[in-house]
Amino acid sequence: MKRLNRRTAAAIGSAAMLAIVLAIYIGGAMIPDSALQADFSQRGLAPSATHLFGTDFLGRDMFARTVKGLSLSLAVGAAASAMAAIIALAVGVAAAMGRSAVDHAANWFVDLFMSVPHTVLIILIAIALDRGAAGMMLGIALTHWTGLARVIRGEVLQIRAQQYITASRGFGKGSLWIARRHILPHVAPQFLIGLVLLFPHAIMHESGLTFLGFGLPPEQPAIGIILSESMKYISSGMVWLAVFPGLSLAALVLLIDRLGNTARRLFEPREAQL
Amino acid sequence: MRIEVRDIVFGYTKGKKVLDGVSLSIEAGERVALVGPSGCGKSTLSQIIAGALKPESGEVLFAGKSLPRRGFCPIQLIRQHPEKAVNPRWKLGRTLAEAWAPDDSFLAAMGIEKAWLDRYPAELSGGELQRFCIARALAPETRFIIADEISTMLDVITQAQLWELLLHAASSRGLGILAVTHSERLAAHVSSRIIDFTPHMP
Repeated sequence: MKRLNRRTAAAIGSAAMLAIVLAIYIGGAMIPDSALQADFSQRGLAPSATHLFGTDFLGRDMFARTVKGLSLSLAVGAAASAMAAIIALAVGVAAAMGRSAVDHAANWFVDLFMSVPHTVLIILIAIALDRGAAGMMLGIALTHWTGLARVIRGEVLQIRAQQYITASRGFGKGSLWIARRHILPHVAPQFLIGLVLLFPHAIMHESGLTFLGFGLPPEQPAIGIILSESMKYISSGMVWLAVFPGLSLAALVLLIDRLGNTARRLFEPREAQL
Repeated sequence: MRIEVRDIVFGYTKGKKVLDGVSLSIEAGERVALVGPSGCGKSTLSQIIAGALKPESGEVLFAGKSLPRRGFCPIQLIRQHPEKAVNPRWKLGRTLAEAWAPDDSFLAAMGIEKAWLDRYPAELSGGELQRFCIARALAPETRFIIADEISTMLDVITQAQLWELLLHAASSRGLGILAVTHSERLAAHVSSRIIDFTPHMP
C-alpha cells in the first residue's frame, strides 16, 4: 500500500475526528426522553450487551445518559468557546489596531483575567448570574478569551506593519476597511484553531462546575450531574456509574484537542513542522 | 502644488537620528533625484514625505498644507520590493482595484496582460508585480510619485521599460517625480535636478 503523505493523513484524521464528534452530538440530541426513563425492574445492572455502561439506581440506561450528557456538554462547550473566541478576536484586533491607550487597556484586562484562578472566577460569575447554563457559559467565556486574544493581537501587529497595509492607507482606506479586508482573512485560521482548542477547556469546566453544583440543574442529564450522583453508589460497588461516563468525557476531550492540533497543521504547515 | 519638506528629524531608536533637520522642496511636475549611499536615510525620508511615517519634528507641506489625514494621498510611494507591497492573498485585479479602476488601454500602456489580473502575486515575477505597483500609484488623484529604488532588483532591460512607462505617464499628466536611487547614472537619466543626500560625517 502506498504511504499517504502527511498532509493527506492529517486531513483524513481531522475529518474522521470531526465525524465522531458530530456523531456524538447528533446521536445525543436524537435520544428520546423515553430512553432515559426510570425502570425499576432494571435497577443497578452491571454493564452487559443490552446495557453497555450498565444501569443506575433508577434503572436508567447509562450509555444513553452518557451520550446525552456528552451531547449537552458539546452544545454548552460550543456556545462558551464561540463567545470566548469572539471576545478574543474583538479585543485582540482592537488592541493591535487602536491607539496605544486601547492597547494598554486591553493588555491590562488580559492580565487581570489571567491573574484570577479560572475556577474561582467561573464560580463567582455563575453564582452572580443565578447559576444555570447561561451563567456558566458566560463564566467560561469570560475566563478563556485571554490566551487567544494575545495570539491574535500579536498576529495583527505583525501584519499591520506590512507595506501593503501602509499602501492601503495611502489609497484612503480606513482602519475598519483594512481590518475587514486585509487583516481578518489573515487571522481567520488562527481564530478557528483557537476556537477548537478552547472546546476541551470549556467542556471540562462545564462538567467540573456542574459536578460541584454550580452549573447545569440536576434534572439535566449532564456528565457532571451523572458523576456527582454516582459518588454515593461507588462504595456499594456500582463503579460503572462513574467509570464509563468519566472515561467517555476524558476521551471526548482528548479527541477534540487532537482534532484542533491536527487541523492546525493543515492550516499552518510550516509552523507546525509536519 | 509644490512639496516642501521642513526641518525633518527622525530616528528609529532613541538618541540616534537618521534624519536631522532635513529640508528640501520640489516644484509641481518637477523630476528630482535623491542620491546617496546605503543607510543614509533616503527611504526613511521617502516614507515621511508620503505620509507613511511620522517625523519626530518638522513638517511636510503639499500645496502649502500638511497632507490630509484621510482620503487618497496625492503623494504616492512606490517601493523597492513589489512582492511586499501587495497582499499575498489577493488576486492582482483586486489589488489594483483597491487604489482605482484603470481602463484597458491604461493597462495595455503599462504592459499589464489581462490574464495577470486573475493571478496571485506568487504567480508573477518581480518586474511584472512592479508594473502593478506603478499602475496602482498612478491613480487620477495622484500628483506626485516617489519612486524609492523601484528598479534596483531588476535586470537592465526591465529597468529601462519600467522607467519608460513611469516617465511617460508622469509627463502626460504633469506629475512630479522624486526618484530615490544610489545609481548616479539612473538619476541623471530620469531627473532634471539631483539632490545629494550623502551625510556630512562629524
